[in-house]
Amino acid sequence: MTDSGFQLKGSVVTTILLDIHTFSLDDIVYHLRQKIEQVPNFFTQAPIIIDISKMKRGIVLADFEALIQSLRQLELGVIGWRCDPENHPAWRSSVTIPLLPASKARAIAPVAPIRETTSPDVVVKTVVEERLVPQSTKVINKPVRSGQQVYSEGDLIVLAPVSAGAEVLADGNIHVYGALRGRALAGVKGNTEARIFCKSLEAELVSIAGNFMLTDALQNIVWKDSAQVFLVDDHLEITPL
Amino acid sequence: MAKIIVVTSGKGGVGKTTSSAAIGTGLALKGHKTVIIDFDVGLRNLDLIMGCERRVVYDFVNVINKEATLSQALIKDKRTKDLFILPASQTRDKDALTIEGVQEVLEELSKEFDYILCDSPAGIEKGAQMALYFADAAIVVTNPEVSSVRDSDRILGILQSKSKRAEENKEPIEEYLLLTRYHPGRVALGEMLSVSDVEDILAIPLLGVIPESEAVLKASNQGTPVILDTASEAGIAYSDAVDRLMGEERPLRFLDVQKKGFIKRLLGG
Repeated sequence: MTDSGFQLKGSVVTTILLDIHTFSLDDIVYHLRQKIEQVPNFFTQAPIIIDISKMKRGIVLADFEALIQSLRQLELGVIGWRCDPENHPAWRSSVTIPLLPASKARAIAPVAPIRETTSPDVVVKTVVEERLVPQSTKVINKPVRSGQQVYSEGDLIVLAPVSAGAEVLADGNIHVYGALRGRALAGVKGNTEARIFCKSLEAELVSIAGNFMLTDALQNIVWKDSAQVFLVDDHLEITPL
Repeated sequence: MAKIIVVTSGKGGVGKTTSSAAIGTGLALKGHKTVIIDFDVGLRNLDLIMGCERRVVYDFVNVINKEATLSQALIKDKRTKDLFILPASQTRDKDALTIEGVQEVLEELSKEFDYILCDSPAGIEKGAQMALYFADAAIVVTNPEVSSVRDSDRILGILQSKSKRAEENKEPIEEYLLLTRYHPGRVALGEMLSVSDVEDILAIPLLGVIPESEAVLKASNQGTPVILDTASEAGIAYSDAVDRLMGEERPLRFLDVQKKGFIKRLLGG
């Protein structure tokens, strides 16, 4: 079958869904840019689908094309769009990007919900259509200072303290072999199997796949001691190690 | 080549300028040719602490703008040999500083001096970043209270990410913690963080602990670096810190609550 020099295969990738409720280009660009600045590596050339199926008032072609342009300027890779199959816009065949079938995929809680600054009109959802291939592990051996942010596409291992006011994020697990005083968000792309392990739990916030817990709650469970954080049926379990 | 040391903190009012004056004087007393640069353009204070405000004619910004030469702007300290001050401008703001301009001045000073101390302004904005950009070492001045420690942590992150050494992937800046305004009595009462609390959070080598002392205020008002007040605890603690900066081992002093003697109590001292 390889005589032709290529093979056709099916492949499923994780994408970002831009689910628009009401259209305001400036608002969308402004809020997206803020999101991107928070986690730049996460969004660069990230495949994105524009979904207009929830828009009650519809959108004109010129606005839609302008939106695609703006997303490309933000270095997002626009790979297609979706609309309500019952209510196609008249211009749908003039759009240059592919029209994708509507999905029934389950939406996962948004990334880093605690910093949700998005206006209610624009919701960025991460839709997991397939488990990601495990990414490489990032190892940090210097303290993560207040105001710094470290993100790993795989697991993240910090061999030093994470200061209050610092933030560590990973698609996979997070290990902190020092005091964890800042925020730790594991499974930021929706991996509910991700866990956080730390030598001394003094965190401002811990989160697994969008389910988070703050200092006050943590203090009643495990505090200033080694602990692991994991998810059981949408709620966080924290156990001493 | 001179060693460039930035005295920084993030937070204001913790004792950066006092420490710059004291440590700069201490280095000069040891025979190292030292210049202290006031980077706090617009809020110039170093010359007051050093007692040379009346001798300021040209300043750092004048030199950067080539309105004056370095030798015109440098003020030679009258008390300590080998010590010079480059004052900040009072009439300009931090935008007057440019990376290229600062670099040129530092390169020229490097030819002549052993140590260049950069007295950073408070904050983490342009002025502070300019002061730390070219540093080889940083003295992070911290008070034993949470907001100061937090700001110091922030500035340590900036030292690691926004300095020239970080940008060029060179050996990172040497970082030292200088704990100032330490009050053993209040630490014992739990009103202040202890030395070990701060060391635990910041995780950098401790250069010294300067006790809260009236001598500091007195010295500032008189325009004399407190290190010259060899009878004061603060002066002695700064001397120890300078020794440690030179790589010498010195035990920490003035960390315990002092019990007042009978006579002292009687006299209400």
